[in-house]
Amino acid sequence: MIWIRLFWTFFKIGLFGFGGGYGMLSLIQNEVVEKQTWISSSEFTDIVAVSQMTPGPIGINSATYVGYKAVENAGMSRADAVLGSLLASFSLMLPSFILMLLISAFFMRYKDHKAVQTVLAWLRPVVVGMLAAAVLLLINPENLGASLTPQFFISIGLLVGAFLATYVWKVGPIKVIIAAGILGGVIYSFV
Amino acid sequence: MLLTLFVTFFKIGLFTIGGGYAMIPLIEREVVDRHGWINREDFLDLLAIAQSAPGVFAVNISIFIGYRLRGVRGSVFCALGTVLPSVIIILAIAMFLGQFRENRVVANVLKGIRPAVIALILTPTIRLASKAGLNRWNWWVPPVSALLIWWLGVSPVWIIFATIVGAVMYYILKVRRV
Repeated sequence: MIWIRLFWTFFKIGLFGFGGGYGMLSLIQNEVVEKQTWISSSEFTDIVAVSQMTPGPIGINSATYVGYKAVENAGMSRADAVLGSLLASFSLMLPSFILMLLISAFFMRYKDHKAVQTVLAWLRPVVVGMLAAAVLLLINPENLGASLTPQFFISIGLLVGAFLATYVWKVGPIKVIIAAGILGGVIYSFV
Repeated sequence: MLLTLFVTFFKIGLFTIGGGYAMIPLIEREVVDRHGWINREDFLDLLAIAQSAPGVFAVNISIFIGYRLRGVRGSVFCALGTVLPSVIIILAIAMFLGQFRENRVVANVLKGIRPAVIALILTPTIRLASKAGLNRWNWWVPPVSALLIWWLGVSPVWIIFATIVGAVMYYILKVRRV
């Protein structure tokens, strides 16, 4: 039964996918390409690219896409494929939903306990480091263009501009994303 | 209220390009600055909690905020709002737009957005650093954990677990005795 296999596979991915979207990708590849052979390796690469270009969490994006393709490749109808994508996304979210509810309830109840306070005080500097690492990891040729190419300099300009806009002038992030998208669309149609 | 939660997280989900961390500035803006649902210190704690649970980072954040404001129903609405935009868009792409990646205009727009996303994550990093309670004993923690993750490829999960273990041991040995 493809439905049960879809549910179980993505439930497992949701349960063991620690460390955010990118940590989850290798798990998805292992389950979906290697074990279940629902999609080919090149199809998987396409999903990663599409996920990076479209809004939303990468885990949900790939679950939706794989759920659709797995059912479609099994020779079933488009309506069934849509159901497959919904099932895969739902199954992916289910374990973290249950766990997060438990953690949230625990946290809100014992928030003022001395032990919880100590743990949180220790964790706060780590989270700042975690965010800084996310920034460092994103500074790569894929996002900025290869060093010293025209795209690289345009990217640096956009990065600095976006930083000034959000940090100094307190412009909202959605406006900054839209502005950067329009600028990119205009600039790169000439360069 | 439930509808406001749903719409807010739908908006956040719609404009998050490039994975969970890209969502942090949007959530900070909407949840901390605009609606005042949680303060900046609690937001920092929330990031640690969402990161130490398995699953999709952004969805975990939305579940926590929804639960805190309106219980289980709130968390369902927030999580649905977060994932719905991507489910709809990916479905449309899977069904109709096989050539999405090769589209030149789309590629150009995304080339502009990607560097801006980096700056968008940098801003809350700096803002949150001032709220992290850094002092002369722990100032080295952010740079060292950043280097461990970035340079040595250590998963943030292990660093968070190690920190929790350390803090609990410190609490048992030092704080509780006093």
